[in-house]
Amino acid sequence: MSVPRQERQGQDMALTVGIVAIIAVFSLLPMVRLLQEVVLPGGRFSLNVIHAGIVGSTTWRATWNTLCVGLGGTAFSLILGVAVALLVSLTDVRRRQAFVLCFVTPLMIAPQVTALAWLQLFGPSSPLLDLLGLAPPLGAPNPLYSPEGIVLLLGIQYAPLVFLIVRAGLRKLPRELVEAARSAGAGWFTVLRTVILPLMTPSIVGAAALTFVSCVGNFGIPAFLGIPANYLVLPTLIYQRLAGGGPAVLSEAAFLSVLIGVVAMVGIVLQDRISRRRDFRITATSLPAAPYSLGRWRHPVELGMWLLIVIILVLPLVGLVLTSLVRGYGVTLSADTATLENYRFILFEHAAARRAFVNSLYLSFGAAAFAVFAAIPLGYAIAWGKNRWIKVLNLAVELPYALPGVVLAIASLLLFLKPVPITGIHIYNTVWIILYAYLARFLVLAVRPAVSGYLQLDRALEEAAQVAGAGLFTRLRTIVFPLVAPAAIAGGLLIFMTALSELTVSALLWSSEAETIGVIIFAFEQGGDSKYAAAVSAIMVASTFLLMLLANLLAGKLPSGVLPWRD
Amino acid sequence: MAGLSIKDVTKRFDGASALDGVSIDVADGEFLAVLGPSGCGKTTLLRLIAGFETLTGGCIRIGEREVSSRHVNVPPEKRRVGIVFQNYALWPHMTVAENIGYALKVARISRAEREERVRRALALVDMERYGGRRPASLSGGQRQRVALARCLVAEPRLVLFDEPLANLDVHLRASMEDEFADFHKRTGTTVLYITHDQAEAMALADRIAVIDHGRLMQLATPQTIYHEPANEMVASFISQGMVLPATVESPEADGHCRVRVLDQDLVVRCRKGERPRDKARICCRASQLTAVTAKKPGFDGTVKRAVYRGGAARIEFEPDGAPHLGLHFERPDPVTFAAGSRARLALTSGWLIPAVEAA
Repeated sequence: MSVPRQERQGQDMALTVGIVAIIAVFSLLPMVRLLQEVVLPGGRFSLNVIHAGIVGSTTWRATWNTLCVGLGGTAFSLILGVAVALLVSLTDVRRRQAFVLCFVTPLMIAPQVTALAWLQLFGPSSPLLDLLGLAPPLGAPNPLYSPEGIVLLLGIQYAPLVFLIVRAGLRKLPRELVEAARSAGAGWFTVLRTVILPLMTPSIVGAAALTFVSCVGNFGIPAFLGIPANYLVLPTLIYQRLAGGGPAVLSEAAFLSVLIGVVAMVGIVLQDRISRRRDFRITATSLPAAPYSLGRWRHPVELGMWLLIVIILVLPLVGLVLTSLVRGYGVTLSADTATLENYRFILFEHAAARRAFVNSLYLSFGAAAFAVFAAIPLGYAIAWGKNRWIKVLNLAVELPYALPGVVLAIASLLLFLKPVPITGIHIYNTVWIILYAYLARFLVLAVRPAVSGYLQLDRALEEAAQVAGAGLFTRLRTIVFPLVAPAAIAGGLLIFMTALSELTVSALLWSSEAETIGVIIFAFEQGGDSKYAAAVSAIMVASTFLLMLLANLLAGKLPSGVLPWRD
Repeated sequence: MAGLSIKDVTKRFDGASALDGVSIDVADGEFLAVLGPSGCGKTTLLRLIAGFETLTGGCIRIGEREVSSRHVNVPPEKRRVGIVFQNYALWPHMTVAENIGYALKVARISRAEREERVRRALALVDMERYGGRRPASLSGGQRQRVALARCLVAEPRLVLFDEPLANLDVHLRASMEDEFADFHKRTGTTVLYITHDQAEAMALADRIAVIDHGRLMQLATPQTIYHEPANEMVASFISQGMVLPATVESPEADGHCRVRVLDQDLVVRCRKGERPRDKARICCRASQLTAVTAKKPGFDGTVKRAVYRGGAARIEFEPDGAPHLGLHFERPDPVTFAAGSRARLALTSGWLIPAVEAA
């Protein structure tokens, strides 16, 4: 009696079909639709859209600006991030855990909140400068409304990203390599220059590429700082075009978003080229090198590091909170004039703000929950699958996140402008189109931790269940899910935090009744109601902190590196 | 219980051959060890039998049922084999009792019966009091026993051991060896035991299958493997046997024949029907080499190294007639041999390795 090969394939097939469906719907479909709009508008091959885009001088100015702030922001965050990573990883500075938590926090705060906080810090109406008697006269332009301001904030926003990647690389640096160089007579700076930094090239270049992509695709910071100065980058240009022209200008917007994609890809390709030039592979892993004793410089260095935290985190947040307590523009803040009126207004009176809170909560929870459940089978296929298309699969999941959010937003618009075929469901101008875009964009944030969870797991645990007679779905439910869930849930939490005040995607997809918190903050600020924007932002920062602390409770069960702010 | 039949099994990974025409028959209730150096393909064999890999050619039967061939592949969960994994693979999120009862739960066996069978399985490995504990709170030996109980509870037709002692310290190994032997005696399960440790294989197995470079080298009882290796690989792999070139000078008579080896005439054991031939090889053990005085038959040479091993020394020796041939033997205290000194040795016995065709 023989059993056909197909017997085992039933559940395998179901899993494969499910994974392919997720990838197709959330990754391939939007990208294909976008390219189709640019090259085959209306179903016929044409270069008209590309031609129309190329001749416009605004396009070129915005592209040039995008490159400038992209490169500037990348350079700034590289310097800051690498320096801090070296100090934290290689020297004997104290209170690392607390410092890392504080230093990484800007990454967790939405860019537009960062922008708002800094604007409140430096502007003529800054309550903090006002308290100190340093405020510029009312009506004077805010110094941050400039390309330099954008570069500064992009640098602060993404320095933690560089820090995390370089720090992960430094952790893998075997101490033998450092010790061999030292016993060959090299001093610490020589070791740093000739051994450590060269070996960190892949991490640093990788971090640079990722930061560049993030800077180029960032919408919140250039929107808050660039639009008032009429300094447009590609994402803000797209936003303005769409806000002014609506769906009629979609083709043009599609072209512009592909242009951002191209700029971002150049960064990634460059990174690939540079990393391949030399052999940077580290063979053995062992204990990390003994920390370098700073000696009498320890106190000054520690002081400097905490001063940095005060400047990049504490001051802007204080500025933000103070602004949220002000009664009106130009009113000097004091114990007598401070008020919670702004909080009351946004929480109880302003209908759109209340809707936005509810919408964003539902949206981020939905996106996080879906991603956790999708990440477990996806991670299973990526980490443990035997097929050749695994690499393609991984790339397909990463793509929507690697590309700037504007690209995905435009793709979603194109996909759902008309009702979904066959079903006739119309999700354009509803909250569902935002959910779709969130799902596509953030899925990878849960897949990555899940994959690292799988890689730390002994495959024999699953095989033991298999020989015990458990089929694929039973194994997934009883063995794999309980073991990988903490990592995937931590990923879900990251998604929840990121999606809660997301702006880039929702700025292009929102509609009346379907506002999100990010959009509301943006709208308040654009309408000149900084105090309301500050109040909403303050609430968001507080909830982000709470969620980070909540996630720390899970930390014991997680693979290291899943929670970025845990050192 | 059921026997296992592996017929002409071949497995290639991306063109590289991992197993090549291996055939092994394991009788019902037999304890068979698969022995070989690391990378020889023994783990691949286990994974093929368990169903984690698909084979390139040949077929595998468990009992009467064909489970693997070019056209058939019964999934692991339907094969009813038990595996004791090298690192135990106990599920950390379940208690000991839940670990053991998992297979029964999957098979939808009633709660009462499940509990009874888990209790019996725990008793079998002497772990009754540990049912509520988590695997993390157990010692290495206790985890091993839980793993054993877990694979037994579903009454598998065949139990596969994947180097189960590799992660234990020396003392624990000895006592676990005893337990495995005891367990096999009590349950009468068919066992396939993968190991790279010859002492383990010799101590436990009814028969040993020696595998090298994906090929079956010899399948025989431990005694036969030791005394009558079928080829040079087995001869040199088992107990560091020495392989010496020889000329067969007389036909086999009564299981012996006369050979000339290193200028010495010697009577060695051999297979039936051996005839005089050139370029033969004999296998001898360190215990079959002794130092002799100048007049006695033997061969001269130089001591290359003397390594003291506590109570005895291992002497490495180079015969004048064949300087590339490293011989070694043991000398009890007091050791008089030193590196560079001259000595005369003689072989006392040996085994004529069969010609390649005969193997």
